[in-house]
This record gives sequence, C-alpha cells and structure tokens, in this order.
Amino acid sequence: MQVSCVYITAVAMLLLPAAWAGEGPFFVTYTHQLEEPGNLEFATKNVTGKPDGGNRFLAGAAEFEYGVLGWWTTEVYLDGQVTGGENTLFTGYRWENRFRVLPHEHWINPVLYVEFENINGADKTLLEVVNHDSQDDLTAFSADALREKQREIEAKLILGSYVKGWTIAENFIAEKNVRHAPYEFGYAAGISRPLALAARPERCNICPENFQAGVEMYGGLGTHDNFGFNGTSHYVAPTLAWTLADGTMFHVSPSFGITGSSAPFLLRFGVSYEIAQIGRRARSFFGGRP
Amino acid sequence: MKRVVLFFLGLSLALAQSPLQQAPERWRAKANPLAGDAQAAQAGAKLFARECAACHGDNGEGLGKAPALKRADVGQAPPGALFWVLENGALWQGMPSFAHLPEAQRWQIITYVQALSARKKPE
Repeated sequence: MQVSCVYITAVAMLLLPAAWAGEGPFFVTYTHQLEEPGNLEFATKNVTGKPDGGNRFLAGAAEFEYGVLGWWTTEVYLDGQVTGGENTLFTGYRWENRFRVLPHEHWINPVLYVEFENINGADKTLLEVVNHDSQDDLTAFSADALREKQREIEAKLILGSYVKGWTIAENFIAEKNVRHAPYEFGYAAGISRPLALAARPERCNICPENFQAGVEMYGGLGTHDNFGFNGTSHYVAPTLAWTLADGTMFHVSPSFGITGSSAPFLLRFGVSYEIAQIGRRARSFFGGRP
Repeated sequence: MKRVVLFFLGLSLALAQSPLQQAPERWRAKANPLAGDAQAAQAGAKLFARECAACHGDNGEGLGKAPALKRADVGQAPPGALFWVLENGALWQGMPSFAHLPEAQRWQIITYVQALSARKKPE
C-alpha cells in the first residue's frame, strides 16, 4: 500500500507541468542563474572514461535542486559509480547552497556557493577538479578507495555575465577537508550561446533556439602552499544541450585532458527536468488550496 | 546609526514600490523593436507558457503571490520598464531574473504580455 502511494505520487509529479531548466549546457561550470523560487529540478550528471592503467568507469550524480527564494537555491547530490571488474557503489552525498549577492543584473554578477560533501575516495563524478586531482585517483581499486572519507567544505565564487546572447561564467573554487589536509584550489570557466536568439512562433522540438552550444574549461590549481599549474589536471570540453518543448534537457560533453596528469578523454552526459511550482501543485493535487 | 536607518528606510520604500515603478528612466525610454509584430507575439505566447505561466497563470490572471499581468497598467507600461523587470527580476518579492533569455526572447514575451492586456475586456 505504502509502495503504491509512493508510485502514484511519483507518477503524478512527472505529469505536472514542466519548466525549462535553463542552466545551460555546462557540467562543471556554474552560471549565476539560480533556480526559480518554488521550482524543483531533477537532473543526472554522468561521466564515463577509461583512465590510463585503470578500468572503464561510469559515475553518476542525481541532483535535486530547489529554488528557496529569488536569491537562494539549495541542492542535494547523490553520487554513485560502477567500474568494470569492480563493484557498483554509492559514493556519498553533497549539499550545496548558492546565494546571489546583488539584487540587480550587472555586467558581471557574483554568486556565493557553499557546499558540504561527504563522499569517499571511490567517487568519480568529477563535479569539480581541484588541487592535484589526477587520473591516478580514477585508477585506485574501488573497494580500497571507499575507505578514504572525504568530508569537505567547498566554497566557490561564481561570476556570470550575459552579453548579446552569450553566457559567460567563471568559477573560483576553494575546498578544505574538515579534519585535515590543506586548502585546495581549482577553477572552471565556460561560454555558451543558443543557436538562435529569437524563438520561433510554433511549438517545436528541433528549433535552433532549443540548442545551446559552448565550451568549458576546468582544472586544479594546487594548494595554498603549492599553488599553480604544476602537476595539475586540466580539461577542455565542448558542450551541447538540447531542450525539448516539454522542458526536458539533454546535454553531452566530450572532455579532453590537456595535461599529462589528466584523464585523456571523458564523456559526460546528462538529462534534467524541472517541475514548476512543485509545492503549490502538490497542495492542489492533494486537495489543498493552490 | 543615521545611515543604517536611512538604508533601511530606502530599502522599505523600494520594496513598497512595484517592480515596474522601480525601472530607471533610461530603461523606460527603450522602445520594443518587435512592437505590433504578430509573429513575435505568437512566439512570446510560447515563451510565456514556458517561463511565466507557472507563477502568473496560463492567461496572465495571476496566481498566489504572483500578480496578474493581464492588467491595463501592464498593457500601457513603457515596454522598456517591462524589459527592466525581466532583466532584473524582483528578487526580494520572489520574481527571478530572466536575463538568461536572449534579448529577442524577452521582447517577444513583452509583445505578447502587452497584447494580452490590450485584449482584456473593459470592466
């Protein structure tokens, strides 16, 4: 009975009107756009690759993003991975919050990001690259790596701009293990644009305005006592997003490692779906006042 | 202390104003390059359904805290003021910024919203 209630609720949620998940095609770089208040976005961010000397892996993060207020978005990630010839593992969770600093739009817009992550060493989702993260981290045997606990606080300064249809974003990352280890740094930056700036009058799936193309670059910057590019990993990743008329967005990004310590190639792919005004619609569904 | 009081007084006054009233003069002066374009209004209707209807209602009638847009003052507002509201939102009042939409799409939405208000029957 309990299971069928959960099932009915889940189906009802999926039938609710969707909104567009307009975050753009990036996987690692955040723009200054926050979730609309009351909207819930569900997304998956997956990555597969075969590091030199390691087994092919597929890692995924399930993301639940909720717009609390116009200037505050909160988000939970659940991470997992499967590696060829090894185990399938749940690797931890992350809870992040983003706060918009300025009430109005400017030529550059800062957003503060704070995250607590409780993951283990087997996590391969690569949602950010910091310090001297390298492909060696992806080759460790999962059963051994999961013993390493990574309870970390991460802060980002997100800077974003919209210029003549282009989205430009820069992220500066600082991360600290809550128990030990030095401050670790990284960066991400991206630029993207829809293929058409004006919308067509008809409802359509394959319209140029439904596609966004871009490129992002991300990598590590060492630690506070060993800061710089030496021995760090860096990736360049073209990205493409396609949003259907019902708001479902698919995005894909081949990532190319450009330093010796980077994995040579990673393929990222994901899907997102946003439910508009979920609280109001849930109240209405259960007979309450909308 | 005096500065703090003045700051909060200014903030209260700003919050008491509607977002349309807050639009600076140079934005109000902007003309809608798509005004009167039927195709733009049609595209705007599609964008409105996608971006605005969940809060403002399918026909702009308003829902909960989100105000109705099918109103005479919205229909007659300077298009530049509406553009400013879409650009900046009203974060403290719960409306997000729609600056992520290309300018052309924001003008399409404004074309539709103002046509919607013009269609409203006199009360």
